[in-house]
Amino acid sequence: MRKLLGASIPILAALVAFLFGALMLIALGASPWEGLRALGSGAFGSSDRIVATLIKATPLILVGAGISIAFRTSVVNIGGEGQIVAGALLSTMVALAIPDLPRVLLIPIVLVAGLVGGAIAGAIPGALKAYASVNEILSTIMLNIIILQFMNFLLRGPLIDPLEVEAGTRIPQTERLSDNAALPALPGSRLHLGVAIAILAAVAAWLMLWRTPLGFRLRAVGHSPAAARSAGIKVERHVTYALAISGSLSGLAGAILVFGSESQRMVTDGSTAGFTGSAGFNGIVTALFGGLHPLWTIPSAILFGGLLTGATNLQRVLQVPAALAVALNGIVVVFVVSSNRVRARLDALMESRDEMNSSDRSAEPDKMSEPEPDTFFEEVKPA
Amino acid sequence: MSQFFTLSVIVSVVASGIRLATPYLLASLGETIGQRSGVLNLGVDGTMVLAAFAAYYTALKLDNLWLAVFVAFLVGLLIGVIYALITVSLHAAQGISGIGIFLFGLGFSDLLFQVWVGTPLPIPSKLPPLGIPGLSSIPQLGDALFRHNLMTYGAFLLVPVVIFLLQKTTFGMNVRAVGENPQAADSLGVSVERTRVVAILLGSSAAGLAGAALVLQGGIFQANLTNGLGFIAVAIVYFGAWRPLGAMAGSLLYGVVNAIVLQLKAQGTIPRSASDLAAMAPAVITILALVFLAGRVKAPAALTKPFTRH
Amino acid sequence: MARLVINIEYMGENTMNTKHRTWFRLLALLFSFGLVAAACGGSDADDGGADAGEATETTAAADDEAMSDEEMAAMDEEEMADDGAMSDEEMAAMDGPLRIAVVAPSSKDDLAFSQSMVDAIDALDREIDLQITDGTFVVEDAAAAVRGYAEDGVDVIVAHGTQYGGSLAEIAPDFPDTTFIWGTAADTLGLDNVFAYYPAADQGGYVNGILAAGLSTSGKIGVVGPIEAGDAVAYIVGFQNGAESKGAEVSVVYTGSFGDVALAAETATAHLANGADVLTGTAQMVVGAVGVANDAGVPWFGTQANQTSLAPDIVVASQVYHWEVVLEEMLALRDSGTIGGQAFEVNLANGGLVIEYNDAFDLPDDLRAEADAAVAGIIDGSISTGA
Repeated sequence: MRKLLGASIPILAALVAFLFGALMLIALGASPWEGLRALGSGAFGSSDRIVATLIKATPLILVGAGISIAFRTSVVNIGGEGQIVAGALLSTMVALAIPDLPRVLLIPIVLVAGLVGGAIAGAIPGALKAYASVNEILSTIMLNIIILQFMNFLLRGPLIDPLEVEAGTRIPQTERLSDNAALPALPGSRLHLGVAIAILAAVAAWLMLWRTPLGFRLRAVGHSPAAARSAGIKVERHVTYALAISGSLSGLAGAILVFGSESQRMVTDGSTAGFTGSAGFNGIVTALFGGLHPLWTIPSAILFGGLLTGATNLQRVLQVPAALAVALNGIVVVFVVSSNRVRARLDALMESRDEMNSSDRSAEPDKMSEPEPDTFFEEVKPA
Repeated sequence: MSQFFTLSVIVSVVASGIRLATPYLLASLGETIGQRSGVLNLGVDGTMVLAAFAAYYTALKLDNLWLAVFVAFLVGLLIGVIYALITVSLHAAQGISGIGIFLFGLGFSDLLFQVWVGTPLPIPSKLPPLGIPGLSSIPQLGDALFRHNLMTYGAFLLVPVVIFLLQKTTFGMNVRAVGENPQAADSLGVSVERTRVVAILLGSSAAGLAGAALVLQGGIFQANLTNGLGFIAVAIVYFGAWRPLGAMAGSLLYGVVNAIVLQLKAQGTIPRSASDLAAMAPAVITILALVFLAGRVKAPAALTKPFTRH
Repeated sequence: MARLVINIEYMGENTMNTKHRTWFRLLALLFSFGLVAAACGGSDADDGGADAGEATETTAAADDEAMSDEEMAAMDEEEMADDGAMSDEEMAAMDGPLRIAVVAPSSKDDLAFSQSMVDAIDALDREIDLQITDGTFVVEDAAAAVRGYAEDGVDVIVAHGTQYGGSLAEIAPDFPDTTFIWGTAADTLGLDNVFAYYPAADQGGYVNGILAAGLSTSGKIGVVGPIEAGDAVAYIVGFQNGAESKGAEVSVVYTGSFGDVALAAETATAHLANGADVLTGTAQMVVGAVGVANDAGVPWFGTQANQTSLAPDIVVASQVYHWEVVLEEMLALRDSGTIGGQAFEVNLANGGLVIEYNDAFDLPDDLRAEADAAVAGIIDGSISTGA
């Protein structure tokens, strides 16, 4: 009974959040049921739509898995946007440099280039944090800005499609990249290899975290840097690793965004979101929703990917601004996160009632109290 | 091409930098108070953009700028109430809750704008720059420093006010105490929850004012008006080492570097091909400054830790 | 020296016990299922009132919301069978209103690029059922919307953004009976069902430049641009050449952002500090710069749409895109069976570009005459805009 009640609280919270969405739809003069239907059919209504959702979920899986690794090492990575772009840029440059390599070679090479590009973009704030005590929240935000301008510079200058210069239109985009680098798709569908790669990468991230010595050390650093240090773990180096690995997964997402896209090229509208679709950001929400577990980010990403593709359909069918979905995402996050305490309180209440009803006093009174929250800042003595 | 170092150009750059710094300053001052009490609010950007819309809509429909500022303040306060409820009373994780608030503000302001306004019409009147009698007639310096609108003056006047509030008042001592050691503060009879709630409300209303400043300076609203400005404001709090003066220094640095880059572009000193690279300058300089500053400052010890009485 | 190690508070191992996590995961799954269920529910409810949103549809096969795989397959066969000159369905569709969809990168009311297309379609002289997806600055989202409209059986789909071209090249061949209109672009991607359109924005820019030079007393003119691309470049190059032909000095700043209003405003301020006394600019963030020009009382020149309403006192003239000129031609071609394959330019000669003056601005007559002469010169080819 208590379990059932406990389970229903976050779900209830989410439902309340959706109720808000429904109210907004009513305020906009649309039927909420129609809205839900448009959202649902837009996300999962046909095989094409499901494919679109999976493609939308792909970068979220990768970024989410990367964020999970960083957060479990107690490193905040808000630099997903920049890392995606960095990976995309490096893989694009590689594809431009060696376009004639056979597919079996070129595809892995551009994907690795994406990994490397993202890893560099992640390692910089990682190293700054580890060796220069620069707060990574700040440096990753700043790095997003820097990488964005670097992308604009490259796509407007050195990497611009020569045809754009010739025609005088100067759209900041690369030429169509080598078909040998295009991710193979199922015949008759847009479902490309990137989706499978993302899922495999999430599994690899999980294996790395829980089945390898490196993963153990990362988690040890995340759990208590001081304890990790006294156990002989090089904390600085592992903080750098964590952000580099996290960045590399985002960078891989960037490469997949380029070589799995319909246009098979990089194009900028002057913002990172124009290229990434804010995946670097939504990936954080995805990861947290998946409980910072790389495997659970997969369904979590499919859910958020579905919300995003569904919202486009909502706008198309009901002419409701897609901004509704962004607002709704926020409300869902707020409600679900807040429900934690309500559930704990309810548990405590049930506990005390149980205690009153039963004569068994041996039950540990503190068992249901709040779990000790994690520390944000922890002072660590230098080695 | 004219030179950068003519007096009138420098005056213009300083004035421009101060204007650009105003919203950063308001938001980062507020966030400084919140973080000193141990609460991180990553939702600043969302609060700002929603308050900016409220200010814009009020100014557009009623042409009353002070009412617009007040409405933005109220929106900030309201979001503050929600955020306090979530993070203090319900103990929700602060990082993610802030992102929820950010997404909500971003989406909801865009939604309301599209449904209620649509066409980005400028507001009928903006806040006029006011010369401070006496000071504004000082040659050059007067134009650079003492010919701004009231929101800008207000933002800079808030710096000593916040310093006083944090250092000299009982409330300020409570804020610092609950941010460093909530258990000890609690045992001394300070209400951790109430102190944090008030700090959050102050911070969030300041973010609301920052949104109003943005709109009343630019005179216009569009989706995602803040463009990540709120996140930079949070970064400035770290940069400013959780001190009001530091927040002011960070905001000014960001604003003035931006203004210098624009001026150099306008003069053609920075070639157009390097225009994007130059736009990196404020971010690069902030990181460099941080490398020099880091390690010398310490964050509030209880930052992001919800308080549970033992 | 103490070293700070930062730790985010997360819903992970330390903050959340195993039970918490499990519920979150279940919740994530439940949501997914919920959405799937809603999707499936949708296909069952086709006869219900829930179809109001699609009631305007005129083609029978178009209702593919929540269509099952079999239905999709059936439709594919149908499409293949229809692959020919003109199907019955299309003939029938011609009797009802023409279904047009627009996918545009910014808001449909942006007083600039996106609005110019929506206004143009509204100005068309025929019965139209218009659907709009705006604000799709993410190319892949725009691609999804275009594909969605095509699957819905919309007759004509306008992909209003050069950056959409790469995706359109993949989508258009999948829907050979649908007309795609793409711009701004000078080529049709080599496809038979794609029309392209582009503005000779340099022409209006040149005329604006001549006017600006005539109004400037300092001889310095400032330009506020977004990122150096697209028709912004054409406009600015034309403007620069026009102004320089009259001996003015033009300073161009690209802020690097389409969205940063404050930065655009401060760019205008920087221009003024440098002695510029006439300003122009392009893209949606210029509203900030227009405000600065308004406060300083310096003349402003607009482009893409009529910007007079932004600052009725200082806007001198705006180059306005009238896409309807070429849209009419495209739709006429479509009626006669040619559903694509041609590119159209809007320019001063065909009336697709119009310099719209603000009557409230007191423009000297001789200057106006000079501008009119420039328009005539560009039309007859005696003036080259240099772009």
